[in-house]
Amino acid sequence: MHIDFFGSLPLLVIWLALGAIGIAIQAFVRNNTRLVFGYYSGTLVITALLALITSAHKGTTFGGMISIGGFANYFDVLFCGAGLLAMFAARPYLQRENSELDEFYTMLVSAVSGMMLMAHANNLLVLFVGIELMSISFYIMAGFLRTNIRSIEAALKYFLLGAFATGFLVYGMSLIYGATGSLQYDVIASVIGENRSQFPTLLAIGAVFLAVALSFKIAAFPFHQWAPDVYEGSPTVVTAFMSTAGKAAAFSAFIAVFAVLMPASSLMTPQLQLMLAAVAAITMLVGNVTAVAQTNVKRMLAYSSIAHAGYLLMGIVANGEAGYSAITFYVTSYTFMQLGAFVVVGILERGNEENLQIDDYAGLAKREPVLAFIMAVFMFSLAGIPPFAGFFGKYLLFVAAIESGYTWLTIVAVVSSVVSAYFYLGLVVKMYFTEPHKEHSHVSPGLAGITLFVTVAVSIVLGLFTSQLLSIFGTWW
Amino acid sequence: MLPTSIPLDYYLILSACLFVIGVVGVITRRNAIIIFMSIELMLNAVNLSMVAFSAFSGDIAGQMFVFFIMAVAAAEAAVGLAIVLALFRNKQTIYVDEINIMKW
Amino acid sequence: MILDYMPLIIMIVVGLIFGVSNIVLAENLGPKRSTRAKLSTYESGMEPVKTARERFTVKFYLVAMMFILFDIEIVFMYPWAVQFRELGYYGLSAMVLFMVLLFSGYLYVIKKGALKWD
Repeated sequence: MHIDFFGSLPLLVIWLALGAIGIAIQAFVRNNTRLVFGYYSGTLVITALLALITSAHKGTTFGGMISIGGFANYFDVLFCGAGLLAMFAARPYLQRENSELDEFYTMLVSAVSGMMLMAHANNLLVLFVGIELMSISFYIMAGFLRTNIRSIEAALKYFLLGAFATGFLVYGMSLIYGATGSLQYDVIASVIGENRSQFPTLLAIGAVFLAVALSFKIAAFPFHQWAPDVYEGSPTVVTAFMSTAGKAAAFSAFIAVFAVLMPASSLMTPQLQLMLAAVAAITMLVGNVTAVAQTNVKRMLAYSSIAHAGYLLMGIVANGEAGYSAITFYVTSYTFMQLGAFVVVGILERGNEENLQIDDYAGLAKREPVLAFIMAVFMFSLAGIPPFAGFFGKYLLFVAAIESGYTWLTIVAVVSSVVSAYFYLGLVVKMYFTEPHKEHSHVSPGLAGITLFVTVAVSIVLGLFTSQLLSIFGTWW
Repeated sequence: MLPTSIPLDYYLILSACLFVIGVVGVITRRNAIIIFMSIELMLNAVNLSMVAFSAFSGDIAGQMFVFFIMAVAAAEAAVGLAIVLALFRNKQTIYVDEINIMKW
Repeated sequence: MILDYMPLIIMIVVGLIFGVSNIVLAENLGPKRSTRAKLSTYESGMEPVKTARERFTVKFYLVAMMFILFDIEIVFMYPWAVQFRELGYYGLSAMVLFMVLLFSGYLYVIKKGALKWD
């Protein structure tokens, strides 16, 4: 069989570096977190560079099961970048919690390799393996503070509901396989596009099951209930990573799968679109309205991340190049701003659930002017206020939805954005215009400072490159 | 393709029944281990339908998929039981309704 | 249609008759002399000392998990073994790579002491 070694370099390198060398290093080197940290951050940097170098080299390899180049490589770079930023934030956080083990970085890189596999998948089997590689790593990372009951509780909830969703995922895959006779995306797409499936009912049920399972992974209504608990209970750096890169990975799979399941010529496309539109509308409303009522910052950000899954789904509903480009742009800016916001929470947090209430942020601008400014940038960007990246992403999504005829969905999105501005700006008001009500010790971000610098820079600058990025995205679909 | 004359529908109905039993188990049971067993039942229902589809269409990919589901289920079992162990060490219980520090 | 299942039905009926008749005959024909040794839980003479429903060490869990994880990977060798000649060097190198990854995990398990009993 012919293998395109050059094109699959990013995948091969991260797997060998992780599975063969990384694990062996940990077997022989004991408790040398500095070495392991350095080794894995180097791995991520090299993988990202290889993904950039090979991005122009498009095609499929491994018997058509893996697609390389373009879209998938862009997501590779995004995942490696987010993983690297999360690693920098994780080291000081875990040291403070006395829980730094080599295995954390192994799990993080293994999650990144799973995400890359999801983006590169051109076959349902590869997609399944990628999703599981990512999810199982996340279950472990969520429960990483082994003596903290909240962390364990989060891990158990995530695990049970995640495994439940896996059941739906594979059942949907088996029905689609039965109805179309193949696991390959391109074959499935042609069968659906020409409406020549033997079992159209099974196909429809399979498509709905896949939508259910992927909605679970992005935490969309009505499969979002796990998200607030898991995001609140997990170590904050883990939440930062899985609520951003995990969601970006799920959306990269969502784009690829639904481009296959919803060709314009298929009879079931309008129904699927309508279903996803309803899910998107309810998700953003539920996420934003519930976030208003929260008193815990971590939980508030968790609901905000649910709402963002709703916005992003609009791009899938739009079902076309414009929608996919909009998702890719918005998920990039979302990854950086949400990751940064969680990292700020992680820096201010003290063990035993201290400094997590919104009231604890009162007067932050006086105590920690830099951190408060950074947090304010993220809040403005998440709320979608003009000069920041979040605004341009939302604008692209709204335009894509309107052009595909879903004006009502855009109206719902605008209304829920207004609701969301209330709690995002509420936090900024709290930080800048109220007095601190108790004494706080000074915090030092350490390595997490790098993460904050990069995320805040991207949140401000990304908007300037909207048109350039869009023209690059346009060449992929 | 199959040696007997059992039609595809029978396999699919059996697989759907097993899947539904698994789903009901997950929803109604409160013991974390039994919930996990129900999830395994769902995965095995999928295995059955995969193999049936594969045999009827004469395409081998479905049977390979089953191997991957089995391997992933083993990995999930290892991680899941470790989480349940950690939970028991902290809380002395494996009943999910007693796990309620955060709203469920 | 039902005729296809005839062998199966005959099998079930014969099995039922055999099983039931054996139990009934043994119950009615055999002499019964109960002694203390015969009535104990283990006829071998092992004295049951306490309840069987108690917690036991987590090492059993570790070993069982390791067994399942490494055992299940063998399943991937079957398809390769079936198509061994057709896959040629491509299949061989893929399988060698797979075993290297697995062996690396095995080294990790050993070095971390997961299989040490004491």
